Amino acid sequence: MDSGSLAWVLVSAALVLFMTPGLAFFYGGMDRSRNVLNMLMMNFYCVLIVPIVWVAVGYSLSQVPFENDFIGGFDSFFLKDITVAGDGSTLAIVAFLGMFAAITPALISGAVADRMKFSAWAIFVPVWSLLVYVPVFKWVYGGWLGQRGSLDFAGGTAIHVNAGIAALAAVMVLGKRKGGAQPPHSMPLVMIGTGILWFGWFGFNAGSALAANGQAAQAFMNTFLAAAAAGLAWVIVEWLRDGHPTNLGAASGIVAGLVAITPAAGYVSGPAPIFIGLAAGVVCCYAVRLKSKFGYDDALDVVGVHFVGGIVGSLLIGFFANPSFFEGSFDEGIFYGGGAGLLLEQALANGAAIVWSFVLTFAIMVALKKTIGVRVSEEEESTGLDLSEHGETAYRGLA
Amino acid sequence: MKLITAIVKPFKLDDVKDALKAAGVQGITVSEVRGFGRQGGHSETYRGAEYKIDFVPKVRLELVVDDSAVDGVVNAIKAAASTGKIGDGKIWVTGIDRIVRIRTGEEGSDAI
Repeated sequence: MDSGSLAWVLVSAALVLFMTPGLAFFYGGMDRSRNVLNMLMMNFYCVLIVPIVWVAVGYSLSQVPFENDFIGGFDSFFLKDITVAGDGSTLAIVAFLGMFAAITPALISGAVADRMKFSAWAIFVPVWSLLVYVPVFKWVYGGWLGQRGSLDFAGGTAIHVNAGIAALAAVMVLGKRKGGAQPPHSMPLVMIGTGILWFGWFGFNAGSALAANGQAAQAFMNTFLAAAAAGLAWVIVEWLRDGHPTNLGAASGIVAGLVAITPAAGYVSGPAPIFIGLAAGVVCCYAVRLKSKFGYDDALDVVGVHFVGGIVGSLLIGFFANPSFFEGSFDEGIFYGGGAGLLLEQALANGAAIVWSFVLTFAIMVALKKTIGVRVSEEEESTGLDLSEHGETAYRGLA
Repeated sequence: MKLITAIVKPFKLDDVKDALKAAGVQGITVSEVRGFGRQGGHSETYRGAEYKIDFVPKVRLELVVDDSAVDGVVNAIKAAASTGKIGDGKIWVTGIDRIVRIRTGEEGSDAI
């Protein structure tokens, strides 16, 4: 790897790390003030435990050897034999990928807000990472799904669809909040989180080129445009539908656009990112209402934004993939002379990820429920998890 | 001696404070409260879900005055806090049995 690319991968790894605290504030601001520290802790915990699991066995199982169809092995247990010999690019890539592994379970925290025992979450995160994240990641990158020609540049399927459907499974086991939905306690925190997420996402998407090259530059541009278009679309829809353009709408739209462009970032060009962003903004703005129709309490809309946004972007690759722009060897989308083949592979890849993630997540949650329990008591839920789970108070009135 | 309690609109606090100082009042205590009377709340919509916010932010002032000063102070608050629109607030007057200045131990009118 040339030195420019190595530098870019290292910087991108830092940018992606920053996204987990960004997510923490994005969710934390939307949460109730009595639970904001619990939300922050659920997210920060992911970057405490997952890096260790990742370098111990996660990387090895998910990528070594690269060509295995379903799962890797333990050849790189604790990064055995990975040294700074050569240019250290493998080390940089392991670190970079580890940041993705950390933020993926963190996405689920938004759905289980206000009622999940932290001890249950503490076990859920590493277990889910190994049983769900690692296999799906393997299938998409070098495994049977990737080999079939489906495309996922930075983790639309492997991360957002995966975590999004897992969030649905988790809340089906967890049950609804007793107090119902509440308005966000701090919109300024949400907006800070959104800014950090957008900033970090340039590393998430453009860094996934694993090179400082034209594809990275286009991925950067795609990330820029899709987020803007989606934010705009969401705000316009809600302005017309609900009466006001809101910060939460702008933030949600931006994130939906970023999610949707994630799988497509290195495969689309021209106006495609704008269309993808507009589609994600509009679709997700309506998708977040599904939870009241179907009766599941996805507290902070992980399903409506990450699952739906990921599906939108992943399927639109089937229309917009433009290999000639990138001098790449992937299939064309329908609008660029290809047939429906790529679209079908995208659907299959997401379908496989959805089934595995949903079933395994459901099983993990049920196992936790039957052993240590997954919910706090009613009284703890009423008083707030900051105090019950962490013994902390976020906003001390009179210090 | 009487305790005067006034609930006023938050943005009126400075006007009321200035009017009370002009009226010779030497001390007041202020707290941030929420409430409603005839003024209803409002609604906020987040991600398509509407939330009815019944309580409206207000400011509560409390001050102790000699009986002779009550009418003047009540009128000063009323004039300064009024906008003519619904939600202007209320003033009520209650008797107090005893008042002590903590630093000196003075009681009664000397403590006001």
